[in-house]
Amino acid sequence: MKPSKIVVQNLYKVFGDQPQEAMRLLKLGESKESVFHNLGQVVGVNNVSFAVNEGEIFVLMGLSGSGKSTLIRLINRLVDPTSGDILLDGQSITRLSAKELVDLRRRDMSMVFQSFALMPHRTVLDNAAFGLEIAGVGRRARESAAMKVLEQVGLAPFARKYPHQLSGGMQQRVGLARALAVNPSLILMDEAFSALDPLKRAEMQDILLDLQREQRRTIFFVSHDLEEALRIGTRIAIMEGGRLVQVGTPQEIIEKPADDYVRRFFRSVDTSRYLLARDLIDPGLSPSFAATRSVPPSASLNDVLHSLLGEHDPLTVAEQGGSSLGVITSSSALRKLAEHRLRDTV
Amino acid sequence: MSELWQRLMTTPQGALPLGDWVNALIRMLMDHNGGAFDAIGSVVEGLAASVEAMLLALPVWMLMGVFVALGLWRLSWRFAVFVLGAFGLIYVMGFWHQTVSTLALTLSATCLSLLLGVPVGIWCARSNVANVMVRPVLDFMQTMPAFVYLIPAAMFFGLGRVPGILATVVFAIPPAVRLTSLGIRQVNTEQVEAGQAFGCSAWQLLLKVQLPIALPAIMAGVNQTIMMALSMVIIASMVGAGGLGNDVLSSIQRLDVGLGYESGLAVVLLAIVLDRITESFGKGMAARQSRAD
Ligand SMILES: Nc1ncnc2c1ncn2[C@@H]1O[C@H](COP(=O)(O)OP(=O)(O)O)[C@@H](O)[C@H]1O
Ligand SMILES: [Mg+2]
Repeated sequence: MKPSKIVVQNLYKVFGDQPQEAMRLLKLGESKESVFHNLGQVVGVNNVSFAVNEGEIFVLMGLSGSGKSTLIRLINRLVDPTSGDILLDGQSITRLSAKELVDLRRRDMSMVFQSFALMPHRTVLDNAAFGLEIAGVGRRARESAAMKVLEQVGLAPFARKYPHQLSGGMQQRVGLARALAVNPSLILMDEAFSALDPLKRAEMQDILLDLQREQRRTIFFVSHDLEEALRIGTRIAIMEGGRLVQVGTPQEIIEKPADDYVRRFFRSVDTSRYLLARDLIDPGLSPSFAATRSVPPSASLNDVLHSLLGEHDPLTVAEQGGSSLGVITSSSALRKLAEHRLRDTV
Repeated sequence: MSELWQRLMTTPQGALPLGDWVNALIRMLMDHNGGAFDAIGSVVEGLAASVEAMLLALPVWMLMGVFVALGLWRLSWRFAVFVLGAFGLIYVMGFWHQTVSTLALTLSATCLSLLLGVPVGIWCARSNVANVMVRPVLDFMQTMPAFVYLIPAAMFFGLGRVPGILATVVFAIPPAVRLTSLGIRQVNTEQVEAGQAFGCSAWQLLLKVQLPIALPAIMAGVNQTIMMALSMVIIASMVGAGGLGNDVLSSIQRLDVGLGYESGLAVVLLAIVLDRITESFGKGMAARQSRAD
């Protein structure tokens, strides 16, 4: 079992001047709405617990106002928790002094923002080197480190330009470079690609996935776009009104949505695209059914369809050299596909 | 209730001796803090004297050249030609020396205003309490007729450029405070968060994020401060501050319309040059920032 990078335990955040009173009501089971109605206190995060594994892309989803930005800011303590605990690499970070907090942020974590939040008076290179400069790294060392990450995101030729001379997509690549330059083990991204048009967004997702293949960092990614979550997420958490309603892999989320709120996110999304071979297994056939060809359980829908097309015999689902998990037939694949396509369009 | 009303109605006009109280306060300050005023006075005198000596030590062509070059760099060759013409005209009208004195007074007063105003502006941006307290004081300072500062200033510091400069500082500080505070408050939340998320200390946040991003607004404040200082140092000639204001003043005393016109024109030309050049600094920076966030 992989160690947890972040563990969040019974976390609450109340905005307002009577947080303790609000906590008392919440613990009595009152809702966010009733706390606001009775006390005028805004509940941002309401009794949230989860763990983020080392090296995964953990996507937090929810409608606007559901508390995503608050939750992500609790993790680097831009927002102070009202109650509960946050462990980073097993260490609690909820009771750090101001100085310890500054050290923690310089050492091992960084953040990418929806509005890019670049410094307009700094060149692209100086923006990328910002975190290192703050941490006191000398000019030579920080500029060469910054140059390296600018190359990774394809912006080396623009190092001497200013942010306003770049397009939105390029500006966010600077934001990403700034976050990578400090070589953090954890990157927080709050709707980092939401301000970009769909093409630029997909491009940024590819850059992120490529980077992730080279160096495994833990990425905590906030999004309100299910396609983005399904595309990049190792696991997805869904938030509603300050609470977590479901945490799971993309397949778990699309196969077994916890409630209608979760299902609502699927409405405009073709979830069948995210089906894998293991989801297409025919429940009526025994795994020992002899098939001549096999596919790994993580094969994509398209791979399976290519294998099935034109041939009449079924496919065995098995890891390389492993035993059979089950069998896919044309009709089991079609049934699953229809289930998703028809659910999504009604 | 009705008794109170009656008392109010029968109170003679002018029964509140506010002016007497202010006089008493001034007298008390003078009696007990003479040393402090002397110390402040000599610092200001030192600053003003060295600024003026420095400007006068430069050959005329060099000082003009500096402004022409600034005009060329910041604006255009056309403005550089204008600067040359304006300063040439002042020179041939015979007001060069006074203009340099006025420039020195303006610069000294501006320096002091910024030295006091920018930190107060930063304080107001960081604390709502400070903001609420300082704001009415600024309104008071800015709307009080400027002459009113001259009298107590002259009583504390004697005649000369020191009271002139200090009265000017009081008059010219408000825009520096206001625009510094406004500029810092306008910094985008996520930019501040970015600074914090990368581990800025409070000082680093101020120096590397908030002040640089607020700089266009602060430069607009500098521009206004300079313009207000220039208008006030002319008035301050009434307490012997010197410079072009002396010529304006004597033209009034002697009903000399021609002199008034010439010296007034010199003030206007100097004002245009200072205004356009300082404005260009703020604008250049604002253009860089406008599309960045
Ligand atoms: N600083 C704050 N003061 C008061 N209320 C806040 C503050 N920040 C967020 N909130 C409230 O907390 C709730 C969650 O907001 P947020 O975390 O920004 O949601 P999301 O990022 O999912 O859109 C909202 O109701 C919002 O109005
Ligand atoms: Mg948000």
